Amino acid sequence: MSDPTAASSGPALDQGAETRLDDSRKQDKPRSLGSDAWRELRRKPAFTISLAIILLVVLIALFPGLFSHVDPNAADINHARQGPSGQAWFGYDVQGSDMFSRVIYGARASLLVGVLSTIGTVVIGALVGIIAGYYGRWADSVLSRFADIFAGLPFVLGAIVILMTFNAPGSNPGEVRIITQVVLSIAVLSWPVAMRIMRAATLVAKQQDYVKAARGLGAGPMRIIFRHLMPNTVAPVMVYATIALGANIGAEATLAYLGIGLHAPVVSWGVMISDARDYFTVAPHMVLFPAAFVSVTVLAFVMLGDAVRDALDPKSR
Amino acid sequence: MGRYVLRRLLQLIPVFFGTTFIIYALVWAIPVDPFAGKCGQRPCPPEYVAKMRADFNLDDNLLVQYIKYLGKLFTGNFGQTFSGVDVSTLIANAYPITIRLAIIALIIEAVIGIIAGVLTGLRKNGFLDNLVLISTLFLISLPVFVTGFVLKLLFNVSVPNSAPFFDLIVPGFVLGSLSMAYVARLTRTSIAENRRADFVRTAIAKGLPGKRVVGVHLLRNSVIPVVTFLGTDLGALMGGAIVTEGVFNIHGIGGLVFINIQQQQGVVVTGVVTLLVLVYLVMSLVVDLLYAVLDPRIRYE
Amino acid sequence: MAETVYDGSSGEFVPPEEVTAAGGEPLLQVLGLQVEFRTRDGVAKVLNGVSYHVNAGETVAVLGESGSGKSVTAQTIMGILDTPPAFVTGGSVKFKGEELLTATPERRRKVRGEGIAMIFQDALSALNPVFTVGFQIAEQLRGRRGMSKAEAKKAAIELLEQVKIPNAKGRFGEYPHQFSGGMRQRAMIAMSLALDPEVLIADEPTTALDVTVQAQIMDLLSEIQRERNMGMVLITHDLGVVAEVADRIAVMYAGRIVESGDARSIYAKPGHPYTIALLESLPRLDLKGQQLNTIKGLPPSLTNIPPGCPFNPRCRMAQDICRTEVPESVALGDGRSSACHFTGELMQRV
Repeated sequence: MSDPTAASSGPALDQGAETRLDDSRKQDKPRSLGSDAWRELRRKPAFTISLAIILLVVLIALFPGLFSHVDPNAADINHARQGPSGQAWFGYDVQGSDMFSRVIYGARASLLVGVLSTIGTVVIGALVGIIAGYYGRWADSVLSRFADIFAGLPFVLGAIVILMTFNAPGSNPGEVRIITQVVLSIAVLSWPVAMRIMRAATLVAKQQDYVKAARGLGAGPMRIIFRHLMPNTVAPVMVYATIALGANIGAEATLAYLGIGLHAPVVSWGVMISDARDYFTVAPHMVLFPAAFVSVTVLAFVMLGDAVRDALDPKSR
Repeated sequence: MGRYVLRRLLQLIPVFFGTTFIIYALVWAIPVDPFAGKCGQRPCPPEYVAKMRADFNLDDNLLVQYIKYLGKLFTGNFGQTFSGVDVSTLIANAYPITIRLAIIALIIEAVIGIIAGVLTGLRKNGFLDNLVLISTLFLISLPVFVTGFVLKLLFNVSVPNSAPFFDLIVPGFVLGSLSMAYVARLTRTSIAENRRADFVRTAIAKGLPGKRVVGVHLLRNSVIPVVTFLGTDLGALMGGAIVTEGVFNIHGIGGLVFINIQQQQGVVVTGVVTLLVLVYLVMSLVVDLLYAVLDPRIRYE
Repeated sequence: MAETVYDGSSGEFVPPEEVTAAGGEPLLQVLGLQVEFRTRDGVAKVLNGVSYHVNAGETVAVLGESGSGKSVTAQTIMGILDTPPAFVTGGSVKFKGEELLTATPERRRKVRGEGIAMIFQDALSALNPVFTVGFQIAEQLRGRRGMSKAEAKKAAIELLEQVKIPNAKGRFGEYPHQFSGGMRQRAMIAMSLALDPEVLIADEPTTALDVTVQAQIMDLLSEIQRERNMGMVLITHDLGVVAEVADRIAVMYAGRIVESGDARSIYAKPGHPYTIALLESLPRLDLKGQQLNTIKGLPPSLTNIPPGCPFNPRCRMAQDICRTEVPESVALGDGRSSACHFTGELMQRV
């Protein structure tokens, strides 16, 4: 019917009307999705709280010495399994080491495993996903089935088989080796989720006119993938990564709990929980404190991911 | 419909072979001698080792071994452990309780998750909505063994080995808690999205009673993604039961796998994991069928 | 009521409905309806005193650009507004003299479908994708008429036949996505007729369809309307459709009725600059080769309606008074009314 774009070229408008039109436009100026999401995020308590917790945990992991002056491996058997006191806020573990200090020093390994395995998951998943989504057809079929193979492996069982294959029972692999193995096991077993998210996002982005236009103008696949597709598909994967980071910290604890993940002399929350497993009824504080740190950290990451996803999704408002 | 099912079935075949081969290769590629320590303090007699190597086809290359193994598997022969126990017997002893546990977990997560999701999806941002959002956050954040230990302590449960349904409720709740949180959130999103859909508005404009609008028109459409999640989750629950079984001292397949990996009984591990993969694949086929039943747009594709 | 033409200088301001409803109680009457959308970014006044009415057996076309409030008015009548963000802040909706806005939810539900039924723009999304077309028609008959399953099926097939769907028996069990666009809209019409409504609101029933199918659906609608002697509210922005079927017209702009009255009379001599602009923007064969007249500018943002007449920034006739004073709706005789400071001059044109 009427053509709204004709507004500025319309000779029939008198001067006064013209300026008023401009005024009303200025106020209606559309905000970009990004700045809108940021505005939305800042007023959410869940976002600020989780961000504060995450920053604190990162700080603890980077500079544990700031928070505790006690050597986490110093053990005094006389204090073994003593509960919390003014001396040792979180009590002592089965060896008589200070729990508070161990929880503080344990943050680094737990966070490291979480971060590295998430990077692994996202890098593998995103690459495979974007290739499957972009090329489609048989490449998509092959890669999707390949992802299904790993998705079909139950997570805990798969991790047990992998870790036990590479570390025969009774062997005592070094610190770096076991961390690498745990990180890789988690990444190998969880990348299909990231792949599916990336593939779905790519399929949508590929249909956008500017991508079709870029292809029509002769842009190569690498350029289209990295310059045009990536920026539009990265958001959902990053949201997943935040939540997965939390989940992977929990996975580290679970594997350690089963006795196949990290173990002494590495200090991690999972190792502490695993050490305390048999004393749960006599000395619950030994499980309680590391478990609380795991839970709160995971909670913070999941909450952050939730908040970001809600903010990015205009439909949820 | 027929073509759709056939295509899904064909897609499952490479997945089945891929997954089982990976497990087989991992288990049998163990770099140490599988017979070390099997005969007490002394090394095993050479004739025993030779017989075992022949029984397990250990002198063939890995691919041939795997194919021979699958061949036996398809005739229902899961093989024997090093000490001569039938793997099928071991599995038959351990499976029932794990299946019961997984089914109870599935029922709990479906019932509580869907109810919570519907209630909160209909009234977004209310008190109940926030309560459910926060409690699901906690369930997602707590590692399963923490939930397990806490509930075990709270309810003081001990599970007899032949536990029927009732004793398994608390462990089932623990096992299903994470998925329950997902189901609640999935249902909530789905309901909230469909609540504003045109067809719901039409149903109201037709003068249908509120109960019918929600219970028939809204729920039927919103439940599709939830049902697909629940279907694939049964396999995941059985595979993930190992931690819960450990906490409650239930002798199911999780424990069976764990012990046998430690004892290097590869044939048990591959047997159990192959079965689990089969359950997972069958369930995902069932989910595809359910999807087609629930959504006619797929059926007539 | 004096039948002299309003001369722009001495007439009294009369709310238009008092004039037009003089002949007796209308079937459906909307009076001074006000609706706001309360969002985080502010309050949008979507309806600012909308009034129109429909009598049995007549078709009223509600015309206007998208965003002018046509559909919101219809949804308010049906009681299917999404609250929040939408809130009814004033006015009344009367069905056969009964106030609907204050009626109980149960009473309102009874009126839906049986008293007033509605046809939606996009039948594909308005029909539930997971139920058969037959089920969606029959469920009302079973629930509201207490029919048995077999009776409801028979009645639903009859309805499908009435809207001229070929092989109605076979199509009863099919799903919406198996229907073509036109057939789907027919099914939607059949569904709205199931409870024999007295008023039918058709919200842009042909917008989503091919041009050739559009004409068939409009013919069907007006045929059914005449046969059943229903009152019909036809919401559209298609002036071609209006000329063919409408008895009366209500033109909406920025949540107000700016002009209403007999369709022929308005076509012959529009009494509001906006209506004039709308009519001029129609492509005309006799002016082939000339540039098409479009209405300059955009409809106002409803969170920020300009002072004075809302149309003034786009109006060719705008004077100082238009920027300060909101023109009241004035009766022009013959059931016509217009809300413009210069209606008198427009009506005196030759």
